Amino acid sequence: MAEQPFLGRRGFLLGGAAVGAGALLAGCTSNTPANSESNAPVANAGTNAQPGKPVTIGFSAPAADHGWIAAITKNAKAQAQKFSEVKFNATEGTNDVNQQISQVETLINAKVDVLVILPFDGKALTSVGQQAMDAGIPVINLDRVFDTPLAYRTWIGGDNYRMGVNAGNYIAKQLKAKNVANPIIGEVAGIDSLPLTQERSKGFADALGRAGFKVGPRVSAQFTSESGEQQTANLLQGAPKLDALWNHDDDQGIGVNAAIDTAGRKEFLMVGGAGSKNMMNLIKADASPIKATVLYSPSMASTAIALARLLGQGKGIGDLAEHDIPAEITTYSAVVTKENVDQYLDVGFDS
Amino acid sequence: MTETQAPPQEALPVERKRFSFRADPRLLGLAGVLVVLCLVGQFTRPELFFTESNISTILRLAAAIGVVSVGMTFVIISGGIDLSVGSMVGLAGVWLTTLATQSYGPWVMVLCGLAVGLGCGLVNGVLVAYGKVVPFIATLAMYVSARGLAERISGRRTQVVADQDFLAFFRGDLLGIPVLIWLFALVFAVGWVVLNRTTFGRRTYAVGGNIEASRLAGINVKRHLALVYGVAGLCCGIAALMVVARTTAGASTNGMFYELDAIAAVVIGGTLLTGGRGSLIGTLIGVLIFTVLSNLFTLNNLDTDIQNIAKGVIIVLAVLLQFRARKARTSP
Repeated sequence: MAEQPFLGRRGFLLGGAAVGAGALLAGCTSNTPANSESNAPVANAGTNAQPGKPVTIGFSAPAADHGWIAAITKNAKAQAQKFSEVKFNATEGTNDVNQQISQVETLINAKVDVLVILPFDGKALTSVGQQAMDAGIPVINLDRVFDTPLAYRTWIGGDNYRMGVNAGNYIAKQLKAKNVANPIIGEVAGIDSLPLTQERSKGFADALGRAGFKVGPRVSAQFTSESGEQQTANLLQGAPKLDALWNHDDDQGIGVNAAIDTAGRKEFLMVGGAGSKNMMNLIKADASPIKATVLYSPSMASTAIALARLLGQGKGIGDLAEHDIPAEITTYSAVVTKENVDQYLDVGFDS
Repeated sequence: MTETQAPPQEALPVERKRFSFRADPRLLGLAGVLVVLCLVGQFTRPELFFTESNISTILRLAAAIGVVSVGMTFVIISGGIDLSVGSMVGLAGVWLTTLATQSYGPWVMVLCGLAVGLGCGLVNGVLVAYGKVVPFIATLAMYVSARGLAERISGRRTQVVADQDFLAFFRGDLLGIPVLIWLFALVFAVGWVVLNRTTFGRRTYAVGGNIEASRLAGINVKRHLALVYGVAGLCCGIAALMVVARTTAGASTNGMFYELDAIAAVVIGGTLLTGGRGSLIGTLIGVLIFTVLSNLFTLNNLDTDIQNIAKGVIIVLAVLLQFRARKARTSP
């Protein structure tokens, strides 16, 4: 499973090299997938770890065009492989809503036992979610939420608002400890038109507001390293002195860090978002302004598969007093710092 | 090229471009827009705008898109269009940052980036010139497939550059000026000389002005067109090096929307989309206008959506200005 795409990729690339660039490039093409099967799920308890009755889980998610979404699909697959009795039926990721609807319909027709769906657009996929529920297939709705609870049995996702709150609280606490008056706090947001970005920004502003601080220079990037670098390069020019900076997304964070490095700036503390392995390693090394990152972890996909299995087997969650799986689970946006980074490295994803 | 093959100068619909604003009054208006933007910057953030570090930031940000726009200018003057420049920047970027490439050291990284860019450009050129595929379609195909290949190679991960020599050189300074700015200046200067002082440049104008006349005048039109797209591809390879150096990583998302920015810069720079006419100076000013604009907006902490509206207005204004200047010139 892990070897096949790698070999295929290599062959593909060698062919491309011959066409595009000649023999020189022949050796320059392989990309050893560094710990691609890494993200271990968080520990599970009790007798639930024992194999139960066979369950087929259908899975549908958007195209993996971003480190975080790529990690979601990877985690789901890896988690499914951990259970011998689970059959994992994943469809090709797509950003075309129509195609995702027909993929889910195919899974319904194939009579899978449980569906795990991360919709490209929650509103647009609500009806097909409901169709599955009506057909007696419980749906686990991952991250982007459907319009109505009728369309899912259980929702699991992250907390964008609290991500902002926790980043704001951490920054406020650090600045208060240093007795900084009227600090200048910058923000590098993601795509401004997305509700998730607006929620993150609102949480951040609210938390800073409670501490008597406010957001200073703010730019919005595109969740890519290049846009992160461009926006931050300008932001740093506009703010000759900064006390803190929050960057919403660790994928774009690579570019944000590069811009900070180019500008030779060190006077402020930076907080990231989402929790990539790369950022966690930088936090651990403690040699750059980045001191923390607030989680929005793709480990939720592993949890979703674990829950789907339990749903299919009619079991509850070990340590809860409930007989059934809860209807909603919101993951916590923990603040990862130098002190606790070792504890969270296992959920860090390759950005 | 031997002398006998070279067509007589006067047979070509070409005028020699000179490095002067007087030669082209349209550029004056464009330069005016840039000056106005700079003045706005000076008035709104006087303590910051004309500082060494801000100017250097603006130029570094302009470098990659500027280099791509140089290649785009060649293509558009030749009467074509290249929609694939952004994808080629992305592909060259991830190819030069794969673990295997990096393990051979900085030179291989550089050569790999250039070769991939040049190779993709030549594929475009061969399709357009020899395959008779319309440029719009040929480069649209490259736009999709190069991005797809980039995603496949990188596994959609952002590949961080571990090679310190590569980073140290491209992120460093030379005589107090960032290497990226030197590179940008070099590409621009070479492009200007090639376009305005060599047979290759004259033929590019000729082919774009009237392809049939150029063929009759003895120009190997097919080979020339293929090479023009190769030039654009090579520029993308250089830009890929710059983006990788700036972000310290190769990602399949690098170069997103460069095609639109480059076309906008070339067009507001006064180059005709129908081919045969245009100048690199105009393109340079076009690129700088957009870069200064986004710098201005961020320095004043304004929203990016308003910035996009302003960009649109500037494109329309600049083109309207040129239209008027052209009319004034052609109908005395």
